[in-house]
Amino acid sequence: MTTLLEARNLSRVFGSGPKANVALDHFSLTVDANASSFIAIAGESGSGKTTLARLLLGFDRPTSGEVLYRGRDMWKMPSRDWWQFRHEVQAIFQDPFEVFNPFYKVDHVLSVPISKFRLARSKADARSQIENALLAVGLRPEETLGRYPHQLSGGQRQRLTVARALLLQPRLIIADEPVSMVDASLRATILESLRKLHTDFGISFLYITHDLPTAYQICSNIIVLYRGSVAEVGDVDLVIKTPRHPYSQLLISSIPEPDVETRWDDDETLPSRSDVTLAPTRGCRFADRCPAVMPMCRETIPPLYHVDEKRAAACFLYRDLPVLLPTGEATPEAVV
Amino acid sequence: MTDEVLQIRDLRVYYHTPSGPVKAVDGIDFSLMRGERFGLVGESGSGKSTTAWAIMRMIKPPGVIESGTIRLGDTQLSRLSQPELRNVRLSEIAMVPQGAMNSLNPVMRVGDQILDGIRTHRNGSASRDLTERLKDLLSMVGLPPHVMNLYPHELSGGMKQRVCIAIAISLQPKVVIADEPTSALDVVVQRQIMQTLSNIQRRLGAAILLVGHDMGLMAKFVDRIGVMYGGKLVEVGSVRDIFLEPKHPYTQLLISSLPSLDAKGVLRGIPGTPPSLLTPPPGCVFHPRCPHVMPRCSIEVPDPRMAGAERWVACHLYT
Amino acid sequence: MAATSIGSPALAEPRPGRTRAQAIGAYCRRNPTLVVGLVLVLALLAIGLIGPVFVDVNNAVPTSTIPDQPPSSDLPLGSDDQGRDMLAVLVAGVPLTLRVGFIAGSVGLLIGIILGFLSGYQGGVVDTIVRMVVDTLLTVPGLLVLIIIANSIKGVIDINLMALVVASLAWMHPTRTIRAQVLSFRERAYVHMAKLSGMNGIEIIVRELIPNLLPYLAATFVGAVAGAVLASIGLEALGLGPQNEPTIGMTIYWSISFNALLRGLWWWWVPPIVIIVCLFTGLFMISAGLDEIANPRRRRAA
Repeated sequence: MTTLLEARNLSRVFGSGPKANVALDHFSLTVDANASSFIAIAGESGSGKTTLARLLLGFDRPTSGEVLYRGRDMWKMPSRDWWQFRHEVQAIFQDPFEVFNPFYKVDHVLSVPISKFRLARSKADARSQIENALLAVGLRPEETLGRYPHQLSGGQRQRLTVARALLLQPRLIIADEPVSMVDASLRATILESLRKLHTDFGISFLYITHDLPTAYQICSNIIVLYRGSVAEVGDVDLVIKTPRHPYSQLLISSIPEPDVETRWDDDETLPSRSDVTLAPTRGCRFADRCPAVMPMCRETIPPLYHVDEKRAAACFLYRDLPVLLPTGEATPEAVV
Repeated sequence: MTDEVLQIRDLRVYYHTPSGPVKAVDGIDFSLMRGERFGLVGESGSGKSTTAWAIMRMIKPPGVIESGTIRLGDTQLSRLSQPELRNVRLSEIAMVPQGAMNSLNPVMRVGDQILDGIRTHRNGSASRDLTERLKDLLSMVGLPPHVMNLYPHELSGGMKQRVCIAIAISLQPKVVIADEPTSALDVVVQRQIMQTLSNIQRRLGAAILLVGHDMGLMAKFVDRIGVMYGGKLVEVGSVRDIFLEPKHPYTQLLISSLPSLDAKGVLRGIPGTPPSLLTPPPGCVFHPRCPHVMPRCSIEVPDPRMAGAERWVACHLYT
Repeated sequence: MAATSIGSPALAEPRPGRTRAQAIGAYCRRNPTLVVGLVLVLALLAIGLIGPVFVDVNNAVPTSTIPDQPPSSDLPLGSDDQGRDMLAVLVAGVPLTLRVGFIAGSVGLLIGIILGFLSGYQGGVVDTIVRMVVDTLLTVPGLLVLIIIANSIKGVIDINLMALVVASLAWMHPTRTIRAQVLSFRERAYVHMAKLSGMNGIEIIVRELIPNLLPYLAATFVGAVAGAVLASIGLEALGLGPQNEPTIGMTIYWSISFNALLRGLWWWWVPPIVIIVCLFTGLFMISAGLDEIANPRRRRAA
């Protein structure tokens, strides 16, 4: 079985009836076990990206669809398989403070997985593994170990969580906004250390973010989520430089690039405001904000059309092109 | 000098903790011109938010404005008493603080919250006039009039932030300070909010002091930038000068660490850690992380020097 | 921005040369309420522990001395209508009352911990059942039930049985409070981290959650003890307590039965009331002091 983790028609709905919130709508994704990939899952708040992370990590149960670990349905696996799953799939979270139990020194977060996954033969071995992991992310053991979380800076704590991930040598790391709460000067350092983990150790990454520039810099493929559905998916250069879905276009054009030559034109008329209503829609979820909306958009959900060799967009503007896969499913592997 | 609406000279704000004074702002000078957009940019711990609160004279103990002057037009804000300051706030100088949209009163309609400030400053305005004024304010920030009867939880994040902006401009102040006004908002909504701010600015002729850490946002929106680090202003200049020709090593490193959407490359951070404000490094506060450090840097604090028209840098490379 | 702009990294350096003892001492200065409360309660405990050295507790039974004597050098707190030495009564009775409260409070807390953690962490059916049972039982007037129970075992009741009777209704509030705390702590990121590190449910509860809930558990315990003492004194004052023990509540009962108030025998009913006031004030102050520890804002500022 060469698929490590697979989301198959995954949906998560909160509440029911007219006020139901479809956080994720028939989402599919495959992460290969043998080839390592660095995929960005990009979206704004309400896009479903955090819900997706929780479902993939087994912190929440899907309303419909499955999450398959090495071919087995996650929620029907025996506990032996859960143990292996936890070893192979790790996470880095957004808040560098909350991930540490304030009662314990920061060593706790490193020593617990070592003992649970039996990664060391002796205490000395554990200690040296921890020290090597810290050095690999640019931290000094004598300055970090033995301290309480509040005694370290946000950047140090986040680097520590990266060191923890390195220690476990997982096959896949799901990084949920790993640098959004970290200072700009440290962001690059931490992201580079993630990239190093990918190139040196072959660890696959799912980089969940709303920050497209960083996603562009370190990922090879990108999935753009909008209100629980995939808007566009494919090679990151294509999607970012020449977005085809109207939402991707709106998103990318709104990003303030540090470029003083093109300033924000005050007289520019922006598309009509997006004060998003959560009313469930029948057709495309972007229809009420889309400048190119057509009647059919409100009737049916557009499938992903194979717009380029390495990219697909879910928009009826491309209805003359071949459909990638049945409605809603997207696999970057198939595209790439 | 008549074009200067706000003048800060040698401002120092220290927090007196049991371990000693934390020098959050340690001697900064800058001016804000009428109708100008000035961006005060820095990372966490740089002192930019403290500066904003100090200008509003709303520093809470154990913080104290140790020294320095804050002049708004002809008034020395630093010398006014609290009752006098209450007259000045909102009517002359207003602030949209960080996280304002989450601080709206949840049990009060937003229309009433906007009018709250007006009522306090001008007692006895006829209610019909007030309703007209309210509709006018709402349209200035791009909200339909019916919003005045809604409660905060019925509004989206972007709409709530617009309400906070409406509160800030309700008395047509000369200066509006916005502290990270869009940090919790989506990139698309951010763009719309910034456009709202610039529309307002044009209509009111007010100056805007934008405090934040997003250099991209600064590049698009402000006219001049002040870069803060470790409680000090390390560089001030026009936005073009700062981005195209950064002089201070920290500014240079900061700009080169920004990920671009143009080409892929190696992401460069700034090695080292932010300085302790309790025991700042001797001499230049940036010297432990500076790639161009010289022996002088650890001994002598660099004064800001002119380095071109309307350009100041505090670095020994230029003295 | 995430970090506060006072430069939290700057304040994060550990204060040099501070030992645990010094840190505790400094904390006591910052939280006088807790200290005063502890002192009060410990002083009352001391009465019971050290008192017998100075006072002969055998005089706490009837016909030990001349009855109805006002306080004097021989009898510092006088004697009651049945010839008990009041000082001896206090020295013997205070620890009994405290014991009832402590046993009932502990039992209540223990059941509360088990049920509260179970239903709060597991959720689902277990939670629904526990919640329904607790909410229903809470609507039953507790004192009424206690009176009925106590009345039916009136002849055979002793201190320990009293404690169990009170404990039977002391577990509901702790269960609810603890469940609520667990619900709020369950979604913390460090709990997710612990799951990712391979910990199972019980381990997470014991190693990750309980240490952080200690202040809440302590406060709940104090509340349970206070409630238990109140309930037992109430039952005793109605005459439903152990008839032969000189507990505070029984002393009040006897003083009412023999009209101590009308007869001017103030030394009979004043001392028990003073003890009660001190006890509850002390327990309340401990609770208030613990609240300060438990408040998250305070904890992060370390």
